[in-house]
Amino acid sequence: MWLTRPLRERSTQIFLGVLFAALAIVTFLHVAMPEDSALYVSAYTVTLLGKYLCYALLAVAVDLVWGYLGILSLGHGAFFAIGGYAMGMYLMRQIGDRGTYGDPILPDFMVFLNWQELPWYWLGFDMAWFAFIMVLLAPGLLALVFGFLAFRSRVTGVYLSIITQALTFALMLAFFRNEMGFGGNNGLTDFRDILGFNLRTDATRLGLFIATGIALAIGYVICRGIVTSKLGRVSIACRDAEARARFLGYRVDRVQLFVFVVSAMLAGVAGALYVPQVGIINPSEFSPLFSIEVVVWVALGGRATLYGAVIGAVLVNYAKTVFTGVMPDAWLFALGGLFVLVTVFLPKGIAGLLASRRKGKQDEQDTPTAPSTTEATA
Amino acid sequence: MSIIEELSNRDRVFEFLTPAVSPVDTRHGPILYMEDVNVSFDGFRAINNLNMTIDDGELRCIIGPNGAGKTTMMDIITGKTAPDTGSVWFGSRHNLLTMNEPEIATLGIGRKFQKPTVFEALTVFENLELAMATDKRVIPTLRAAMKAEFRERIGEVLETIGLQDLRNQLAGILSHGQKQWLEIGMLLMQKPRLLLVDEPVAGMTEQEMERTAELLTSLAGKQSVVVVEHDMGFVRSIARKVTVLHQGSVLAEGSMDQVSNDPEVIKVYLGEEA
Repeated sequence: MWLTRPLRERSTQIFLGVLFAALAIVTFLHVAMPEDSALYVSAYTVTLLGKYLCYALLAVAVDLVWGYLGILSLGHGAFFAIGGYAMGMYLMRQIGDRGTYGDPILPDFMVFLNWQELPWYWLGFDMAWFAFIMVLLAPGLLALVFGFLAFRSRVTGVYLSIITQALTFALMLAFFRNEMGFGGNNGLTDFRDILGFNLRTDATRLGLFIATGIALAIGYVICRGIVTSKLGRVSIACRDAEARARFLGYRVDRVQLFVFVVSAMLAGVAGALYVPQVGIINPSEFSPLFSIEVVVWVALGGRATLYGAVIGAVLVNYAKTVFTGVMPDAWLFALGGLFVLVTVFLPKGIAGLLASRRKGKQDEQDTPTAPSTTEATA
Repeated sequence: MSIIEELSNRDRVFEFLTPAVSPVDTRHGPILYMEDVNVSFDGFRAINNLNMTIDDGELRCIIGPNGAGKTTMMDIITGKTAPDTGSVWFGSRHNLLTMNEPEIATLGIGRKFQKPTVFEALTVFENLELAMATDKRVIPTLRAAMKAEFRERIGEVLETIGLQDLRNQLAGILSHGQKQWLEIGMLLMQKPRLLLVDEPVAGMTEQEMERTAELLTSLAGKQSVVVVEHDMGFVRSIARKVTVLHQGSVLAEGSMDQVSNDPEVIKVYLGEEA
């Protein structure tokens, strides 16, 4: 079975071991330590770590399409944000009549805009199961339509990257509009509970953190399952020599579409877990810059390794938290500098460094940041 | 009588239901049939009323000066380029002009590019695994498991192309010649009925060339092989029948001796054209 294969694989076992150990340690330090202890992990930190784990899942999703399929998506933030909006709509409906205007059905911003009834696309979001399905379905559907059109026309490389940027930018502009019915530039916020648990209690925050960790584990295993299957090898084949793969009888566009949709759904889940932890979703998540940042995390961590994406996402965002606390203006320069340094000195990212430390047999082949672009000259 | 019996047999599985067996119908002679094919790019006629047939199991060499339309012809057969007019049939049943590249590949036409293209980030074994004739759709590929018979088949091909010892090496580290053989091996994994081989010995050493000649001649008979090559010595060493292309159409056809004594061919090759 392709899904259970990674569980027998050493690298996945190590990854899951480290992840679950980290979850357990944080939980223990949060629950069992007295608040004045130096080892105490505050609820704020737990939520912050939960946010990093959401980013890590998003980075894994990006690495799946970029690292193994060679599709540099600069618009994965769109799928992340759409998953986030689906969750946000559910959380809005959970507020009920506790909003400022006290309307039992309409969210505050709709009352403010003088809307009389709920738009049709908000129907059903008061039910958790429906909203959670939408978290997967909405980004998946967008990726399906977008990918179908792009891959069928054999749009790849830099052109695809540009189109994905345009996609997320267009969505950002659309979501900024009040008429869209997603709260305009304020987005959705002021959430109260999720599944009946109060979002403002420490226990719920810890629960969300653990849920995110588990989602990351599942997402990682799914990606690893795809990557280690024959389909994973076909993906690499499509990445390195698309024409050859086609002449072997593979429908390259279908392979790309399948992996792209899976990746978009994972990004949607990451966004859905992100929203209740940060307490807000607004169109800035669609910002093209954010999607580019995700790619930088993956490049820093090490492309086409999956665990490298996790390392990159966590480390860069930790650095961002520290930096923006100390020197907020310098962060973008630091990020850019880091990116340049890693590209020049660590072309395989941090994961590449780890791998070559572990065993010195890493061959001096083409670097992951520049996969061979063997084009058939026919 | 036997036909009626066969058709009324309830256990009979019609051929179109069993794609695993090559559905290509060659009972009426040629495996590849091209008639009055024309292609022009921006007014330049790359293929000009080309007529050619390849028999089942034949080893055919195609020669011709640069720009004679050799590669374009292969592009048409494999579905990469659509001709302006003409018809191209694979066996007597399949109109290749209505099919796309993966369909044609699955039907049994394997193509080797001029420049060796193997998947460099994968091992020799994995390269052959991907080429294997199995269900190539996405979900079956995701769920595919390595079976003993697949291993055996890959082992056989590894032996044929002489790369057994390198099976677990990345294809990227192979020499130029070894990559060419691996690519031919990948074509063999597809169990093709027709192999199109574009300049297989370009850049090869003398010994590598000899081995390639052996390999190609050993393949003919089991499948039809079409070789496009510039190297006359190599063509002479393998060819039974040679087709000379010039300006997009057939200039001469016959044995190597016939062709090389043809005054038209000599004129074209020595460049005495006005």
